[in-house]
Amino acid sequence: MPLQLDIVTPEKKAFSAPVDHVYLPGADGELGVLPMHAGLVTALKPGELRYLHNGQTTTLAIGSGFAEITQEKVVVLTDMALGEDEIDEKSTEEAIERAQEKLKSVDHSMDAEEVAYLQSVISKSTAALRFKRRSH
Amino acid sequence: MANLRDIRRRIKSVKNTAQITRAMQLVAAAKMKKAQDQALAGREYSSHLTQVLIDIRKNFSEESHPLLEKREGKRELVLVISTDKGLCGPLNTNLARKLRAVASPDADYVTVGRKLRVLLEKLGSNIVADFVVKDPVPFAQTRPIAKFLTEQFLSGKYDKVSIAFTNFVNTLRQEPEVVTLLPIREQANAEVFGAETITADRGHDFTFEPNAAEVLAAILPLYVNYEVFQAHVESRASEHSARMVAMKSATDNAKKFIKELTLEYNKLRQGAITAELLEITTAMKAME
Repeated sequence: MPLQLDIVTPEKKAFSAPVDHVYLPGADGELGVLPMHAGLVTALKPGELRYLHNGQTTTLAIGSGFAEITQEKVVVLTDMALGEDEIDEKSTEEAIERAQEKLKSVDHSMDAEEVAYLQSVISKSTAALRFKRRSH
Repeated sequence: MANLRDIRRRIKSVKNTAQITRAMQLVAAAKMKKAQDQALAGREYSSHLTQVLIDIRKNFSEESHPLLEKREGKRELVLVISTDKGLCGPLNTNLARKLRAVASPDADYVTVGRKLRVLLEKLGSNIVADFVVKDPVPFAQTRPIAKFLTEQFLSGKYDKVSIAFTNFVNTLRQEPEVVTLLPIREQANAEVFGAETITADRGHDFTFEPNAAEVLAAILPLYVNYEVFQAHVESRASEHSARMVAMKSATDNAKKFIKELTLEYNKLRQGAITAELLEITTAMKAME
């Protein structure tokens, strides 16, 4: 029995097809999911997601978010899901720089949410960059 | 009776108007496509998020997170999302009517969009804040709104926060809606946010990683953010669709009017020629 994998970002449905297995970057470390997995809701941290589809392993860089796992389905909700060819090294680097620049200027005690947002931008961009560089 | 010159002038002016409305129709159509795509793409995410929330909700009581807490008080804050510009059919009027029917009369307001802000000011309602959101809607601009609303709710100033917006059904239909944002009522809102895919209780049991409280603490603010965002993109899609349709019917009306006027003009012109011919022949007969 295959496992239905849906990866959804606010902009689009990044992936939706049956897969054989999927590895997720869970908050407590990497997490492998096979069909008939027990029900689980987990927070995701920025990192790499791998899945086996038609005998081919594909890797995506994903941002923070959630995964809802049921026996026959995995739904990944994340703010970013990029394949290797979709990552532009230069603009990602610039995004990190911009966020770091801005992080310096905001008052950490005053604007906790802004800080959290900028940190999430940095960590997800870093994850994308690491993935891009390694696969070269 | 109108003479030839008057009719000619009117035809010209109607033609000019038709040209303008046609240009506006084309602009709205281009924007509409983009806004509709954005609204539909966002629905997928927000409906999945709602589904996850519904699935895990039964593991938690209302006391487990401040954003879920139901309060006795009646003070209400309403986020009203209207348009900045007019010429979009009955969109804003419908929303205002719905708002009057549903929201409590002494509610305070947060506004996005000029049209209903002006109306609420006229009615003497208390407007706490006004935000500007660009077109197309950037998520970064709706986040501060969600943050503001959450703060107002958590500070205890208001017991309920609602959103009034126009839900996009299709190009010809837009429904004004008022939904409760806080305290979070995911079941009720699922119906509004394009939710044919959502089932109320799928009976799954979940474990949580790292733990239930942390997952909940992360997912609830996310849910609030995305609901606010989705309400904005739905409103924008509705606005451009309504404007496109309004401008199209204006153009069609102008064209019909031009046709009628031209007919009238030709009749008069023919009448004039006949009269002239008649005069000439009478004069010739008289000279014979």
